[in-house]
Amino acid sequence: MRERLEMYMRSGRKWLWPAARTILLTGLSFVILYPIVKKISLAVRAKSDLYSPIVVWIPQNFSLENFRYAIEMMDYWKTLLNTALLCLMTTVLTLVSCCLAGYGFARLKFKGSNLLFAGVILTILVPPTTVFIPVYLNLKDFTLMGLIPLFTGKPVNLMDSFWPFVLTSITGNSFKSGLFIFIFRQFFRGIPRELEEAAYVDGATVTRTFTGIMLPNAVPAIVTVGLFSFVWQWNDSFYTTMYLPSVKVIATQLASLPYNLSIKLTSMLGGSGKADPFYLSMVQDTGILLAMLPLIIMYIFTQRYFVESIERTGIVG
Amino acid sequence: MTIGLKPGKKTIAVRKGKKYRSYEAQKALWGFAYVLPWLIGFISFFLLPLFTSLRYSLSKVEMKEGGVNVTFVGFRNFVEAFTVHTSFNRTLVESVSNMAVNVPLIVVFSLFVAVILNQKFKGRAFTRAVFFLPVILASGIIANLESSSLIEAVQAERAGSRFLNIMTSFELERMMLEMGVDETIVLYLTGAVNRIYEIISQSGVQILIFLAGIQSIPSSMYEVAIIEGATGYEAFWKITFPLVSPLILVNVIYTIIDHFSSNAMTDLIRETALRNFNFGLSSAMAWVYFAAIGIILIVCSWLISRRVFYQE
Repeated sequence: MRERLEMYMRSGRKWLWPAARTILLTGLSFVILYPIVKKISLAVRAKSDLYSPIVVWIPQNFSLENFRYAIEMMDYWKTLLNTALLCLMTTVLTLVSCCLAGYGFARLKFKGSNLLFAGVILTILVPPTTVFIPVYLNLKDFTLMGLIPLFTGKPVNLMDSFWPFVLTSITGNSFKSGLFIFIFRQFFRGIPRELEEAAYVDGATVTRTFTGIMLPNAVPAIVTVGLFSFVWQWNDSFYTTMYLPSVKVIATQLASLPYNLSIKLTSMLGGSGKADPFYLSMVQDTGILLAMLPLIIMYIFTQRYFVESIERTGIVG
Repeated sequence: MTIGLKPGKKTIAVRKGKKYRSYEAQKALWGFAYVLPWLIGFISFFLLPLFTSLRYSLSKVEMKEGGVNVTFVGFRNFVEAFTVHTSFNRTLVESVSNMAVNVPLIVVFSLFVAVILNQKFKGRAFTRAVFFLPVILASGIIANLESSSLIEAVQAERAGSRFLNIMTSFELERMMLEMGVDETIVLYLTGAVNRIYEIISQSGVQILIFLAGIQSIPSSMYEVAIIEGATGYEAFWKITFPLVSPLILVNVIYTIIDHFSSNAMTDLIRETALRNFNFGLSSAMAWVYFAAIGIILIVCSWLISRRVFYQE
């Protein structure tokens, strides 16, 4: 009897766990994908379907009106261009500065480099809210260490330009840069020393070693950091509302979309009555979908770097 | 290392025929040069502002033509934040306790998912791609707006009886209570199940970190364990868990600092500064917040690092 039971258990174990795993993963994937699918389903339905009790997933009347409104209200194409430019620029500059600093900390030790690396850790740990006021005031009346007033007589206001982003990302102090430096440092520490020594024996200088040998090997880390940097900049509303109060970028446009739309709809109704909050929410969801779309497209192209070769991205030292 | 380098250094020095720094000195010099851009930024966009912010928190800051007027007032701003401001205390307690509730859930959940995603099964690449999707989509403004989406909340209510019931856990709650499990634990767990989307969407990077850690464990260790007759369950607790334990610390810290980017406290601090132009009060709030986080970070690191297993 006992033997039979054990036999059953053993054969049961073979399929029991895979089955449980499949159910679990399917469920969790459903939870992740549900909001996206729901948004698509909401975005393509007409206003009349909003209250129709028979419409759950597939709309009765297809309509692209939501997209039209969202695109018009967000000034989508211009906003998209602005945001793409901003993100591309900060990503490239952040990559350069963080990659250099990461390599410097990992392989080119100098006196006090460990102390400075403690500074990197400090920038990760201190919430950006703690330092943002002086940074904001500093950039609002920017003097470049007292140099600019010498020429023009007064400090320049860098708000509503890309300069704050340029300055912070080229010096590796933009949003979450500390984390990027950390990732690069861990990654470069993992590259075998022999490679570097071989290059040196062949007469390569430090710079040549870095550009010729280290960088081509660092592609997974570069892609990881690049994607993170791009995406976090894209979705960031903390710095964009602070530095770019009136430039149109996705994050700020998305936040003010329902407000703008309600003004427009109310004026279309002739000033009387209020716009339907559900309809506003529906258009806002469409706006979110439009904001996500470029990221999803980018993710499809870069995800293989995450999916199959994570161990080489240097997240773990 | 020295064996390979010494002759090389000499030949170069001779061939070029000029004064030449040793390779180590050269490396140190370049190292400084590579770090220099960051260092400039660190000083001007972090270190100096940090001190200025501390000074502001102890002063009355007034904007005027061509600059700011700073007068020292001692701890008045802190007193105001704690005793006068209407919502500061509540917001601080809320955001810190929110974090305390979520961090263990997120870390345990992401370790669990990482272990599963590391196993071999059909469609693994696709599943992984889906699980890393929140890294992209659930950050910043998109996540903020999503949580406040009116239409989805209402739809969920309306359609509740049909399919969304899967996502809530009345049955589970009742079952566990009847089994005699402590009520706080039951509410904590069922609360976690009900907020599963929130938890998943915040654990993308953590899953990534754990997965990378698990993949770097040599497979020979598992082979030995299997030959010795260990089950998968034992292998997890005896091999996987100790070897990824340093990453548990990393992930706890990451999860805590990830909360910085958007929570009620951050919003309050920013509003106080940019809308009410009360820079002194805002700085004081920010420092209290930082102190609270700092204490949590230190306590967590201390508690966890005592149990962490390092290979060296």
